[in-house]
Amino acid sequence: MSVLLIAEHNNKELKPFTLNASTAASQIDNDVHAIIIGYKCDEAAKALSELPLIKKVIQVEASHYENFVAENFAPVIVKLAENYSHIISSANTFGKNLMPRIAAALDTSQISDIIKVIAPDTFLRPIYAGNAFATVKSKDAKKCVTVRPTSFDPCESSGGSAPIEKADPGEEFAKTKFVKREEVKSDRPELGTARVVVSGGRGMQSGDNFKLITSLADKLNAAIGASRAAVDAGYISNDHQVGQTGKVVVPDLYIAVGISGAIQHLAGMKESKVIVAINKDGEAPIFSVADYGLEADLFEAVPQFLEELNKLNTIQK
Amino acid sequence: MKILVAVKRVIDYNVQIRVKEDNTGVVTDNVKMSTNPPDDNAIEEAVKIKEAGKATEVVAVSIGEEKAQETVRKALAVGADKGILVKTDSVIEPLAVSKLLQKIVEKEKPDLVFMGKQAIDDDCNQTGQMLSALLNWPQATFASKIEIKGDKLEVTREIDEGLETIEINVPAIVTCDLRLNEPRYASLPNIMKAKKKPIEQLNASDLGVDITPRIEQVKVEEPPKRKAGIKVSSVAELVQKLKNEAKVI
Ligand SMILES: Cc1cc2nc3c(=O)[nH]c(=O)nc-3n(C[C@H](O)[C@H](O)[C@H](O)COP(=O)(O)OP(=O)(O)OC[C@H]3O[C@@H](n4cnc5c(N)ncnc54)[C@H](O)[C@@H]3O)c2cc1C
Ligand SMILES: Nc1ncnc2c1ncn2[C@@H]1O[C@H](COP(=O)(O)O)[C@@H](O)[C@H]1O
Repeated sequence: MSVLLIAEHNNKELKPFTLNASTAASQIDNDVHAIIIGYKCDEAAKALSELPLIKKVIQVEASHYENFVAENFAPVIVKLAENYSHIISSANTFGKNLMPRIAAALDTSQISDIIKVIAPDTFLRPIYAGNAFATVKSKDAKKCVTVRPTSFDPCESSGGSAPIEKADPGEEFAKTKFVKREEVKSDRPELGTARVVVSGGRGMQSGDNFKLITSLADKLNAAIGASRAAVDAGYISNDHQVGQTGKVVVPDLYIAVGISGAIQHLAGMKESKVIVAINKDGEAPIFSVADYGLEADLFEAVPQFLEELNKLNTIQK
Repeated sequence: MKILVAVKRVIDYNVQIRVKEDNTGVVTDNVKMSTNPPDDNAIEEAVKIKEAGKATEVVAVSIGEEKAQETVRKALAVGADKGILVKTDSVIEPLAVSKLLQKIVEKEKPDLVFMGKQAIDDDCNQTGQMLSALLNWPQATFASKIEIKGDKLEVTREIDEGLETIEINVPAIVTCDLRLNEPRYASLPNIMKAKKKPIEQLNASDLGVDITPRIEQVKVEEPPKRKAGIKVSSVAELVQKLKNEAKVI
């Protein structure tokens, strides 16, 4: 039987993690169909049909799908589920919000946040903030799986031409109403997919001082991350939080500034290829995962870092 | 308004967990256990709503072994009025938990169910959404702000893009983020008082729900270790290493 991938998009464009989830889906079965539910989402549906991995696109449109309310989405997918062995989505806030509603309706025990497909019924997933890896085997006939996107490479995004089929929309769930979304727009690379991430923690001491992080990120064309403590203290908005209860990032370079390295933070960044830690406490646990540790006061080290980078004129833009 | 809060007993978040040598799970013997952190936020919010005169009763429920009673007791010590312990010694997946909670909801008839957004042991992030699907109630997940407006709630949700606000009708499920509030500590007098509050005990097997696991845990392993890094003595050295050795800038 085929697998059904739930596309994540903003009605115009596909969200990049849809490509990573497609890769995971194709490792389960190569007959991957993708469903896109939204409103005026032709452009995104077309982009989806161009992924060479996708064999068929199902597009479902209605105004009540404009804001991705799970209560509206779940019944559409449940209705189509009989044709599929697996339902797949990214394990980000979109998929986390939606998939369990589908799983419960299908009476299936969901498998969250897989980092590896071992067999169509067997997966590897982190537990305890990534301090243990569990190999789990599903005995359910139908499997609902969310995928940790950073553990799978994005698939090719062009060259395909899957047919797009329209399916009928379902009813609106009237008891949940979308009010507004406050999105923090920036020209920076997205945290989840950036090649370089510069993160600040409580050691930054204020939102104003976070400018040091911003300058460093500007120089390195990096995304900005933060510890939960930095977000809680209001230095920066919640979408920057890295960790067990924030985002998982796997950049080529992760620079942790004034972050102690609690296990909940490490859960979100310790798979990064190269980790740099700048911390004045030589005993800080962040040094146990850092490839390059600099024991220094960040208020001296970061300006020096900027100066050194200015001296290099070969920085990749 | 009556609020039911689901609290799970988990290994304390400060404990560095260890994988069992036979790879069947993690070591739990003689390990400090606590309430799942966001469940503390869920209780706190419910108690605050009651203190503001907008709720009349807060009921805390936990599902698990006998010792989960401590978790319920703690909820009582910070202001819940009544506790329920659903006893089972077997492994219970979020789907089974949500089915058991559905039974409790049918019995207790709360207007709101507050839960944590994620249990820090299994990191599933499923139970609230599943319960909401089973009851066909609205769900407000990852809540960092809740405002009660008559028979509606306005909830701010933490999403990857930033913040989202939704309005949901009561009855509803809310799953809480750690940023929702600052949980209080239980004072000694309140801990003493909590000892007198009632805890109803039920057996999971008596609730008419099939809780047999659907997922076989084949093995649990240590994650691969990172190779030890080095300390650099200056920023200049750091930049040189990043450029010439790691080749990442
Ligand atoms: C259930 C749960 C989930 C959580 N989820 C997350 C999560 O997703 N992400 C997350 O990050 N945290 C999470 N946390 C919180 C986590 O436990 C830590 O509290 C948090 O990561 C600490 O943030 P921090 O390192 O910025 O602050 P601190 O631990 O206070 O560390 C600040 C560091 O800055 C250093 N410093 C201070 N001044 C300077 C200076 N001038 N120069 C250089 N260094 C300096 C200090 O030496 C210290 O090491 C979670 C906690 C719980 C209970
Ligand atoms: N055994 C349990 N007893 C009570 N509440 C639970 C239990 N398991 C999960 N929950 C609730 O469901 C939330 C999410 O858990 P999970 O889906 O496992 O990540 C937790 O924060 C609790 O509020």
